[in-house]
Formats: sequence, C-alpha cells, structure tokens
Amino acid sequence: MELDARIPSGALSEKWDKHRFALKLVNPANKRKYEVIVVGTGLAGGSAAASLAELGYYVKNFCIQDSPRRAHSIAAQGGINAAKNYQNDGDSIWRLFYDTIKGGDFRSREANVYRLAQVSNHIIDQCVAQGVPFAREYGGLLANRSFGGAQVSRTFYARGQTGQQLLLGAYGSLMRQVGTGRVTMFARREMLDLVVVSGQARGIVVRNLVSGEIERHAADAVVLCTGGYGNVFYLSTNAMASNVSATYRAYKKGAYFANPCYTQIHPTCIPVHGTYQSKLTLMSESLRNDGRVWVPRQPGDRRPANQIPESERDYYLERKYPSFGNLVPRDVASRNAKAQCDAGKGVGETGYAVYLDFADAIRRDGKEVIAQKYGNLFQMYEKITASNPYEQPMMIYPASHYVMGGLWVDYNLMSTLPGLFVLGEANFSDHGANRLGASALMQGLADGYFIIPYTIGGYLAAMDRPEVAPDHPAFKEAVHYVTERTEKLLSIDGKRTVDDFHRELGHILWEYCGMSRNDDGLLKAKEMIRQLRGEFWENAVVPGSDKDFNQSLERAGRVADFLEFAELLVTDAYTRRESCGGHFNEAFQTEENEALRDDENFCHVAAWEYKGDDKEPERHAEPLVFENVQLTQRSYK
Amino acid sequence: MNQGIDITLKVWRQKGPGDKGGFEAYHAGNISTDMSFLEMIDVVNEQLTRDGKDPIAFDHDCREGICGMCGAVVNGRPHGPEKGTTLCQLHMRHFSSGDTLVIEPWRARAFPVIKDLVVDRSGFDQIIIAGGYISVNTGGAPDANAIPVAQEVAERAMDAAACIGCGACVAACPNASAMLFVGAKISQLALLPHGRPEAARRALAMVRKMDALCFGNCSNERECEAECPKEISIANIARMNREFFKAGLFSATR
Ligand SMILES: Cc1cc2nc3c(=O)[nH]c(=O)nc-3n(C[C@H](O)[C@H](O)[C@H](O)COP(=O)(O)OP(=O)(O)OC[C@H]3O[C@@H](n4cnc5c(N)ncnc54)[C@H](O)[C@@H]3O)c2cc1C
Ligand code: FES
Repeated sequence: MELDARIPSGALSEKWDKHRFALKLVNPANKRKYEVIVVGTGLAGGSAAASLAELGYYVKNFCIQDSPRRAHSIAAQGGINAAKNYQNDGDSIWRLFYDTIKGGDFRSREANVYRLAQVSNHIIDQCVAQGVPFAREYGGLLANRSFGGAQVSRTFYARGQTGQQLLLGAYGSLMRQVGTGRVTMFARREMLDLVVVSGQARGIVVRNLVSGEIERHAADAVVLCTGGYGNVFYLSTNAMASNVSATYRAYKKGAYFANPCYTQIHPTCIPVHGTYQSKLTLMSESLRNDGRVWVPRQPGDRRPANQIPESERDYYLERKYPSFGNLVPRDVASRNAKAQCDAGKGVGETGYAVYLDFADAIRRDGKEVIAQKYGNLFQMYEKITASNPYEQPMMIYPASHYVMGGLWVDYNLMSTLPGLFVLGEANFSDHGANRLGASALMQGLADGYFIIPYTIGGYLAAMDRPEVAPDHPAFKEAVHYVTERTEKLLSIDGKRTVDDFHRELGHILWEYCGMSRNDDGLLKAKEMIRQLRGEFWENAVVPGSDKDFNQSLERAGRVADFLEFAELLVTDAYTRRESCGGHFNEAFQTEENEALRDDENFCHVAAWEYKGDDKEPERHAEPLVFENVQLTQRSYK
Repeated sequence: MNQGIDITLKVWRQKGPGDKGGFEAYHAGNISTDMSFLEMIDVVNEQLTRDGKDPIAFDHDCREGICGMCGAVVNGRPHGPEKGTTLCQLHMRHFSSGDTLVIEPWRARAFPVIKDLVVDRSGFDQIIIAGGYISVNTGGAPDANAIPVAQEVAERAMDAAACIGCGACVAACPNASAMLFVGAKISQLALLPHGRPEAARRALAMVRKMDALCFGNCSNERECEAECPKEISIANIARMNREFFKAGLFSATR
C-alpha cells in the first residue's frame, strides 16, 4: 500500500486553515447519531473524549485505571510548551516549529509539527479557562521556564505537577460530559482487540478487569489514545500499567507501526539500585535550568562529591556544548552520561550515575528560591534515596522514558486502517527521532482538543459505513481469539513468574537496543527475544482465573505482547542504517560521537506492516519532504 | 548493599465484595531497606505466585505518589506511618526487623472492597461529575493572560489542586467523610477568578452529591489532614462550608 500522509498543499502556515475548510462537516443533528470509541483517558484521550462529546458525538471512553484521572499523564512533572512569547525573548510559532523539527533530528513531518506549534497557544488558553493553576509572576501573569533544546523560555508549569494539573483540567471537562450523558465511562477495562469490518475500524473487545467479563463495543470510529510502550524496557519512568497491547493489537489488525526504534532514554532519573526494583523515577528536566551536570575528571575517583575540588570536576555538558550547556536535548545528554560512565568516571555505588549539582544555584539564588521551583522534586528525591539534594548533589542516570514511535497516522491522525485514529504518545506523529521536553503534553492536548474534533468529522461525513452491531461475526471472531489467548495464558502452568520474564526482556533491550546500538547486538537481541518468548509460553506461571479481578493475568497479557513487539523494535533499529536522535547505531557517528544521519537514504518514516506470526513484517517508507527548513547536522555547541 | 530486614505481614484477604474476608499472615524475609513498600509486597507476591497461591491484590500505577491509585491502611494509618507520603513512596528503611505490619484496605461504606486491598472509589468521580469543573467548551477561551491572578492566590489554588484523589482522607476519618476531597476541589475553583461564575452552583451540587453517596459528616477530627499524603489543609473544608452557605443564602440555584 502507498503511504499517503494526506498533507494539504499550499504554504506551511496556511495548510491547517485550508484543510479545516476542505474537511466535510457533520450536520449538528447527525453528530448525535455517531458513536465514537475513545480508548484512554490521558491528556490525549481525556481531551478528545470531552471535546467530541461537546460537539455532540456520543462517546464511549475506556481506561485501565479505576478512574480516568489516574492515566499515566498525571505523572508528567516539568511543563508544557507553547509559542506565546510572553517573555518577549524571541519566541514564535516558527521558532517552536523549528526547534521541534531540529530536536527531532529532522525525522518528522513539517506540516504536522507546524500545526502543533500553531495550536500550542490555544492549549494554554483552554487550560487556564478550565482552572489549571499554572505558576504566575507577582503581577499575576503566567510564568515560564526553559527546557532542553530551546534557548527561549516557553514552558508553562504548575510546580512539578504540570501533568497532574493539565489532566485534572481535561478530566473535569470529561466528567462534565459524563454528567450530560454524552460520554459513557468504562473504567477498569482493558482493550484486548480491535474489530475491523469491511476494512474499517468498527469496535473493540475489552476485558472488564473487575468481573473478568469480555465485552463488545461497536462504534462508527475508534480513537486510540493508549500511551507509549516505554515499559518494554521493564524499568522505565512510565506507570506500571503502561503497555503496547492496544496499539500492538491494532497493528496485528492492519494498522502500520511507525519507527518503533525511536525510543527516548531520559538523562535525569534516579539510578537503579537493586534487582527488586519495579520502576525508575524521573527527576524533571526542568532541574537542568539550575542544576549543573558533572563527573570527576579522573576515572575511578571514589571520593565523596564535596571532597572533589572544582578543578578536578568535569562539567562535561558545559564544556562540550557551550551555547546550550546543561540544556542540550535529551538524546545528547543521555549518550554523554553513558559515555562518561563507560569511561569509568561514573559515581555512586554502581558507577552508573553522574552528579546534578545545585550548589551554585543555591549560592546564587538562595535556598528559598530553589525550593520554590523544585521543592517537591527535591522531596521526592530524598524520600527515595535518603539523601538531601540541598546538601549533596543529586545522582542521576538515564532511563527509558518516552517513545517517539507509535502507530503510523496521516495528517488527520488516522492510521492505515480507515476509522482508526491514534492520538498522543500512541502515535508517531510529531517528534521525529527525539522529543523535546514539555512537548508531549503539548502534543497530547493538541491532538485531543484541537485536531481530532475536526478530522474525525471529515471522516464520518465522507465515508459510508454499513450497520455493525456487537453480534457481527467480526466481533465473535475477536472474542473467540481473546478468550482462547486468555485460556492459554492461564494454562501454561510453568515455574517462572511473568515479572521475571519481563525483567529479562528489559535487560536484553537495555543492553542491546538502548542508548547505543550495534549490528551484532541487535541480531543477538532478536534471537534472545525469540527464545525468551518461546520459554514464556512454556514456563510462565499465571495464577488465578479469568472470571474475576486478576492482576497477574493482566500483566501476563501485556508482557506477552511486549515479547512480540520487542522483536519489531529491534528489527526496525537494525534496518535503519543511520543514527538519528534517540536511535544511535555505533557504526554511524561523527568524529565527535554525535549521531550521523543518512539523509540520502533514510530521510523517511519506516512503517511496518504485520504479515503473520511466522513471517517477517514488511517495511514501508514514507519519504519526508522538507520544503521550509534545511537539513543540517544538529549542533548544540 | 545493606542487610535486609525480616518482617511479618498480616494482610486483609477478601475474594470479592460478597466474601467476609479475614487476615492472613505472611513472612517477608531479607527485605532491602531501599525497597518501597509496594516493592516489598511485589516480593511477597512473587513468592506466593511461585508457591501456586493467589497473590495479594492491590491498586497501584505511577509508583511516584501522584496518580492516587495506591493506598492501604498500615498499622491503623492510611498510607503508613510517614507524614506526607503515599504508600508507593514509603520506603522500608522506616521499618525494623521483627516488625509486624497489619495491612488493610480503606474502610468506608462508600468504598466497597473489590478484592483484598482494592476498593471501589468511583464515588469520587460521581462527586466531580456533579460539578467539580469549570463549564468551558473547547475553543473560544480568551488569551491566557487576559485575567491576571495574584501569585499568592494561584499558589493557594495549587495547594488545594494538589489532591490526588486517593481516598486516604475518607479512610482516616471516623465518619468516613469526604469533605477534604470535596473541599479541595471547591476551593481550587472558588479561589480562581475563572471559577467564580459557577462557584455557588458547584458548591451546592458537590456537597449534595457527597451526602447522597453516604460519605459521613465532618466533626472536626482533623484526621484527614494529618493523614493526607499531599498535606491538603482543612482550611479547604472551612472554605467549602463558606461557599456552601453563601450559595444557599444568596443563590438562585437552590
Ligand atoms: C514521569 C514522567 C514525566 C513526564 N513529564 C513530562 C513533561 O513534563 N512534559 C511533557 O510534555 N511530557 C512529559 N512526559 C511525557 C508525557 O507525560 C506522556 O507522553 C503523555 O502524558 C502521554 O499521554 P497520552 O494521553 O498519550 O497517554 P497516557 O497518559 O499514557 O494515557 C494512556 C491511557 O490509555 C489507557 N490505556 C492504555 N492501554 C489500554 C488498554 N489496552 N485498554 C484500555 N485502556 C488503555 C490508560 O488507562 C490511560 O487512560 C512525562 C512522562 C513521564 C513518564
Ligand atoms: S501508585 Fe500512584 S500514588 Fe501511589
């Protein structure tokens, strides 16, 4: 199939306006007749479900947690970008667009990213109107801070809880629509399959996580907002329930999966400290506004931080990247941290950590100012590590955090399956090979508040659809598949726990497909994943029954999907014969060890088509056309 | 790596809403003090699983104290003994070898048990549905800086907005009152100029819903404030009461 991104013609700044006009409208009286399924209640799903219901559509909204307010978006800390230029420091829609394209190492679509920058300002307006208590200056106007990959201050924030506040804003709007009856909420449900009829997405099959019942839901369109797959690495900053299952099921039903190897390893997380560890905690990128990253100059220097004199410290980011300093993009910061540790300069018990030091900032601004900006992060750090960052530098190390890859979507955010839309972290759309900080919240809300309300109407108005009810054979087939798989999981009766498999899968990926990749490692990883998957289906132990609340079963289903998906991730990494952003293949690097792109052969999106369980997936390419920016070697010097 | 600790757990096990339930004892041996409380339960569950037994059901997701999904009563205290800390952020270094920990679900009429430590908190969503929002549709909002908000007011609104909706306040209250939860939301929106137009309607609707859902009344025990992992102040309850009475007295929306 030809991949048609359906990018409107015309000047970059006019594309979205023109397109909105070109899209067919649904008559208000007819909207009521259309049912839309929205899976996910994070920033993308919550905002989409609320906005679609406001327009008059009937929405069914699903989430795994007990309340839509608990979606993983709640954990976002640092902030959300917008091109408001309130600081008068030279920001503009164009600059946000350019920074995002460059930050993504020129592997995203110009038209999508420009639209994102355009609607960014409306997002802030909308959230303030909802009562989101953003930080403010004394005069009562909104405050900003800086994030990596930008030299302007365009990040809006609510202490270290920006995601929480934005999500609660969207949740409020969503609950208001539940109250009107235009949204029916299905919490504690997990989507286990997508239902496709006549080539169109027409429904989903979910498991009621309390009763165990398998439920069928039909609709005119399905919108997946199910977040990212960062947990494929086992240890990550993602919430425990974050999974690939929903998008992977859709992939198996015909939606293409784009750029799975673009994974983001975040530079500032609390380091790993034991085998029992279940997740890693992020220390927001905003800390790099004031914290200085350093390691001892001498490899193997085990002295405590405060005994290492200034002259024997290496502030390597400031040294190597004088113009961006500690605020280089994440991929650059992470690779550099790894390089320092690999050279024996790492600190802490394991030697896999670098310092993030606030001593200078505290001397300059006073403890109070620093506490006001980062108090809750410092407190969280101390709770976890029992060390006080006002007195000792923090120790940090990179961890799996975010994924740029996801289901392929066109300009309308529709996948290769008509009627299946994908929003938020679950799609691949806007961040290329590396996402800039504070841009995921922006993208999730842009997709949900300001894009899908238009594009879904265009689809519904233009496409004919047959009547489909939950007793349609396609539903029966999906239910049959889901039930059979569940029974299979429960009957394995092996010896190894599901978590144990997940942990090993994480090790494999971290080792061979993490911050730095090479061909031998990738081939080895692929083989190891296959073996592990084989063992899983023979030796896993999944207790309990499918007829009630069974968290072991939930986890087993997710890990089984990760075990399949991981192979796709590795395959994608192997076939991309270049380095770009978060994908770094050691064979492709500049003399200064930066990612070396191959624009001639790889300036495209890789979109994978499922061909069957025993067959290699097929790689399709969507060429990326740059008409407005010039491709350059990224430099943050 | 430091020596692990040995502790005894007495955990509430209940198969479902209809089951009577009871305590079961488990041994958690060689627990690293760097572990979080939930990681300690993970270790116990891994063992139960390998032994062919049913692991302990408990809610959790973010494991960094923000989603409000986790929570259990540990030795009589919601989220355990550490002040201002959710269960997922509680670390085992606060316990010693030989300790016995009694672990129970939130207990409140409005929060029925689903299984073991998992309860149904959908009542909180119901209260928000009644009015815990500002009625603005997407699109059409004025410029974000059109209405200035004094920094101090924004900060106080943020203090209230920090509520994670975990339900510890209800579990802590002898009356199982939800007033801290409701007060926090009413305060956040009443403090901000954007929320004023609906303040009266919101206060009446949310308080009535709370009563209808069988949450108890506030008799000033202050347990909620003491146990709240986000240290939400009971000043929010006072503000809620003011908003509620003001609404009852002056508003047309009775
Ligand atoms: C610790 C942390 C801090 C971050 N900080 C920032 C920041 O400061 N700024 C920024 O821009 N970005 C940040 N990010 C990234 C950002 O938070 C996420 O990318 C974004 O919130 C994802 O939103 P989403 O709506 O796409 O998905 P999510 O919020 O992950 O929501 C997924 C939803 O889908 C549901 N779901 C998933 N699978 C299924 C299924 N199979 N069946 C049914 N429902 C399902 C879930 O229940 C949930 O409701 C941070 C991320 C982390 C981990
Ligand atoms: S698991 Fe999210 S608050 Fe504890």
